[in-house]
Amino acid sequence: MPEITPEEVAHVASLAHLALPPEELARVGHELNRILVYFQELEQLNTDDVEITSHAIAMENVYRQDSSRPSLPVEEVIANAPDSADVFFRVPRIVDK
Amino acid sequence: MELYELTAHELIEQIAASQLSAQEATEACLARIEAVEDQVNSFVTVTPERAREQAAQADQKLAAETAPNALTGVPIGIKEVMCTKGLPSTCSSKMLENFVPPYDATAVERTQDALLPMVGKTNMDEFAMGSSTENSAFQVTRNPWNLDRVPGGSSGGSAAAVAAGEAFVALGSDTGGSIRQPAALCGIVGLKPTYGRVSRYGLIAYASSLDQIGPLTKDVTDCALVMNLISGHDPLDATSADVPVPDYTEHLTGSVDGLKAGVPTQLLGEGIDPQVRDCVQAAIDQLQNMGLECEEVRMPHIDYSLPVYYIIAPAECSSNLARFDGVRYGYRTPVETDDINELFSHTRAEGFGPEVRLRIMLGTYALSAGYYDAYYLKALKVRTLIKSDFDRAFEKYDVLLSPTSPTVAFEIGERADDPLAMKLADICTIPINLAGIPAISIPCGFAQGLPVGLQIMAGAFAEEKILQVAYAYEQANDWHKQRPAL
Repeated sequence: MPEITPEEVAHVASLAHLALPPEELARVGHELNRILVYFQELEQLNTDDVEITSHAIAMENVYRQDSSRPSLPVEEVIANAPDSADVFFRVPRIVDK
Repeated sequence: MELYELTAHELIEQIAASQLSAQEATEACLARIEAVEDQVNSFVTVTPERAREQAAQADQKLAAETAPNALTGVPIGIKEVMCTKGLPSTCSSKMLENFVPPYDATAVERTQDALLPMVGKTNMDEFAMGSSTENSAFQVTRNPWNLDRVPGGSSGGSAAAVAAGEAFVALGSDTGGSIRQPAALCGIVGLKPTYGRVSRYGLIAYASSLDQIGPLTKDVTDCALVMNLISGHDPLDATSADVPVPDYTEHLTGSVDGLKAGVPTQLLGEGIDPQVRDCVQAAIDQLQNMGLECEEVRMPHIDYSLPVYYIIAPAECSSNLARFDGVRYGYRTPVETDDINELFSHTRAEGFGPEVRLRIMLGTYALSAGYYDAYYLKALKVRTLIKSDFDRAFEKYDVLLSPTSPTVAFEIGERADDPLAMKLADICTIPINLAGIPAISIPCGFAQGLPVGLQIMAGAFAEEKILQVAYAYEQANDWHKQRPAL
């Protein structure tokens, strides 16, 4: 498998919403490459006819009654917000004027 | 013997015999915290007032013979990864330093409804990512057996608290070994239940297909009692299993007659410290002499567990931890910006520690366009092969036996700067999470003066078989009665 390039590391950081300084990008790139080498072991296994397992304990279609129940108290929820106004979370403007 | 050294079942026997009250037990626990916490650092938050109030309520119920559970009045520690209503639940992260959940995790709620006085919230590797509890944003927890050594992780605070007598029992969570490995390194009992046995509602998610809450206790009887309390279906967790819960204490018979055990050869071979291997081999030999039929079993795919885990767990983590963005709860960057994406990106870069950032990056990469098939889908397929190895083994054997950790507790700082070396701490425990099955770690001796753990695994929802074998071994030895000299 090819090495992950510094450009790719920067791209992944932007996908992950992590504003990493250059020295941290370099550290992460170095660690990722060390780990990716390790992943190559999996290439030894032929898995062409193998199904995937996303959950080890198989379950399907868990239903429940579609009935309403009380929500958490809004004031307790909003109390955890770093910035709020009334019952709203406050963020920078995301819609143009 | 000091009061704080008692097991939970000894404690409740004494309470039942009116020799002791829940309040006295709680005071003993709090006094012990006062005495040793500055050495061990098990807790992020100690909650003496809450514990005293609950102990008083417990004593009232006990006096009126209306105690809601067998463990009513037993002081408990709760890992910081579980939401506790009105009490900070930080995941040992700067990201959640000020987070006060408006609800209890279901497992926590069960302990609180049963009036187990909560003495505090225990330290952990940030977001449960690590094997030494050195990744906590707040403090390094130390191993009560040797303060220069790690307690293991990520539930290192819970394990150290129980080993040091700061809590009689504790709850932890286990995604790749995070209950069992610290239990082994601290010389106590830790069980990761079957996936779905215990509700994950209110457990702050790391890797949702692998995470499971379970008990850390001083012995196997206590483990069975805590399992009785926290197991069972929860409508608030759709992945919790609607499977009847037995009374686990009924399976503590002391006998292993008629049971068969497999010993996976790879888990007792290279990569396992020779002294650890000798201890575990001696335990296996002893169980064999007691009537457990043991033989070697080859499980060809478990060698691939570590790479599979380090694709799946970071992939799930990158998705789960996307919710921490500085908007609804938790840390927000002080950087002034008009751009919402900059707000997210600075918040996350500043709020998460280095190991969490690395795993988010690894998972994002493994899920990104062009690599999804090569890494993520490949890992899910190899997970199937690993699970099939276990399915086949449990057609023939009731339990499997191995070491819990390849080494005894390592020195603080020894592996802190090498994420890859740290990950080798979990080679014996990770396959179990991938297969979704239960496994316990129990003390089976000492190497270099430090505890060694024996891991016992069973098929899905066969915790009672694990407890039966674990109890039989425990009763034939006195490892579980050893306490660290603090």
